[in-house]
Amino acid sequence: MSTRAISGLVVPPKGHSVWLVTLSAAAMAFLAVFALALSVTSARLAASWAEALSQTATVRLASPPEEMELQTALVLDVLRTTPGIAEARVMELDEQAALLEAWLGPDLPLDALPLPRLIELTETREGPDRQGLRLRLAAEAPGAVYDDHTRWRRPLVQAATRLQAVALVALGLIGGVTAAIIALAASAALSSNGQVIRVLRLVGARDRFIALAFMRRITRRALLGATGGTALGMAALLALPEMDAAVPVLAGIGFQGWSWALPLAIPPLAALLAWMASMATAFRVLRGVT
Amino acid sequence: MILFEDVSHDYGGGPLFRDVSVRLDTGSFHFLTGPSGAGKSTFLKLCYGELLPSSGKVTLLNRDLRAMSRDQLAETRERIGVVHQDCQFLDHLSVEQNVGLPMTATGRPVKDSDISDLLGWVGLSAQADALPPTLSGGERQRAALARAIVSAPNVLLADEPTGNLDWEMSQRLMMLMIELNRMGTAVVIATHDLNLIRFAKAQVQARVMRISGRKLQLAGSEL
Ligand SMILES: Nc1ncnc2c1ncn2[C@@H]1O[C@H](COP(=O)(O)OP(=O)(O)O)[C@@H](O)[C@H]1O
Ligand SMILES: [Mg+2]
Repeated sequence: MSTRAISGLVVPPKGHSVWLVTLSAAAMAFLAVFALALSVTSARLAASWAEALSQTATVRLASPPEEMELQTALVLDVLRTTPGIAEARVMELDEQAALLEAWLGPDLPLDALPLPRLIELTETREGPDRQGLRLRLAAEAPGAVYDDHTRWRRPLVQAATRLQAVALVALGLIGGVTAAIIALAASAALSSNGQVIRVLRLVGARDRFIALAFMRRITRRALLGATGGTALGMAALLALPEMDAAVPVLAGIGFQGWSWALPLAIPPLAALLAWMASMATAFRVLRGVT
Repeated sequence: MILFEDVSHDYGGGPLFRDVSVRLDTGSFHFLTGPSGAGKSTFLKLCYGELLPSSGKVTLLNRDLRAMSRDQLAETRERIGVVHQDCQFLDHLSVEQNVGLPMTATGRPVKDSDISDLLGWVGLSAQADALPPTLSGGERQRAALARAIVSAPNVLLADEPTGNLDWEMSQRLMMLMIELNRMGTAVVIATHDLNLIRFAKAQVQARVMRISGRKLQLAGSEL
């Protein structure tokens, strides 16, 4: 019988605290999978919204029909001489019609409408000096409005970023509660095994040996529970109904590609947490026992 | 090995003994007697650091008990075998595993054959796989003695180790402790049993300490 083998045996295999550890580790791991999915999803959304809207912009030009061509030329002139703008393209009338059709139906008497002219911009990565551009446009072509979509982009990106912060706070809370439950279970296990500790002390066992003996079982249970909970959580995510792309916010909840590997880190992290919490508790309790 | 200098102990209801100074050398053999409640068990607890003295200084294996860290105390206990008066075991482990515990719990190797030999010596071969709660009082004492000596300790402290044993078995355990003493272990046995003391004195040079009237008296070789 070796030291390692005996260290796994000296704590009697009874007590409800080990079940508390297994079940709570499972529940917490299950929740952690969802919090992690939310965090990954919101990060992805924030990035994709920022990306999709960041390098395009439009200039909307409204002016009396007879001045339209002149104004358009002036605006294009300004745009071509503005650093940070890669391309400026006047939208054809039928392209505009296609855009409007989605909103107003196909039988639109376009000729009768005083439509503004749309100029589509592709910006370089750095983008133009937006304030300077607005001022120049105002001076040269008062009917031209530069729109870089920040109005749309900012609240979306902000919402996604907040969602991610909430998810991270949830992960932190889950970790904290798990550590607290495990510390509680470890201290319950230690105090209900006074005789085991006395006997081990009598024969010269170090605190480290005694703490390890208690910690091993708790850590193993936490690992077991967290593995089960993680598996259930991932299965539940897979079983979520396929969302219609028309509900773009919900469409992406879950993991994609390599990010499916992230929840696999939950069980080892739970075991590490259990190890630290139970060791710290054991040393603290043992110092109080002579 | 163990040195008491002006040691007093008091659980709170007045001192049990006062100003005890005694030296238990390597290879020495001592009996500790005295009326029930005189403080024999307390004296032994001071000898392995379960208690700290109320005043005075206890030195165990060249270390001041009061100044020892927890690990140093554990290290010291590794070298002291103790037969507790109320023999406590890990009740879910077999007798054999309990007897090997001083070795396995401190990372020292132990041969299964050594443990079987030891169990044979104390007459517990048949109970090797039994659980401690199924043992009789006398069997528990024998198992506790086997556990106390499995590591060939520098010091053996036995608190009434033969209290529940018949005379034949008492003699047998006494011979075991005498053998250990001949190999250099300092032995201290708390007992009321005068026959046992006489039996031992025929084999080995033993001194008798007596606690009475709050004093520790060291008798000569006469009894
Ligand atoms: N932990 C304790 N707290 C208070 N009093 C104690 C404690 N242990 C022993 N005593 C008292 O100290 C006295 C001596 O006990 P003990 O050393 O066990 O004597 P002995 O072993 O000689 O019979 C007894 O009166 C006992 O009641
Ligand atoms: Mg006693």
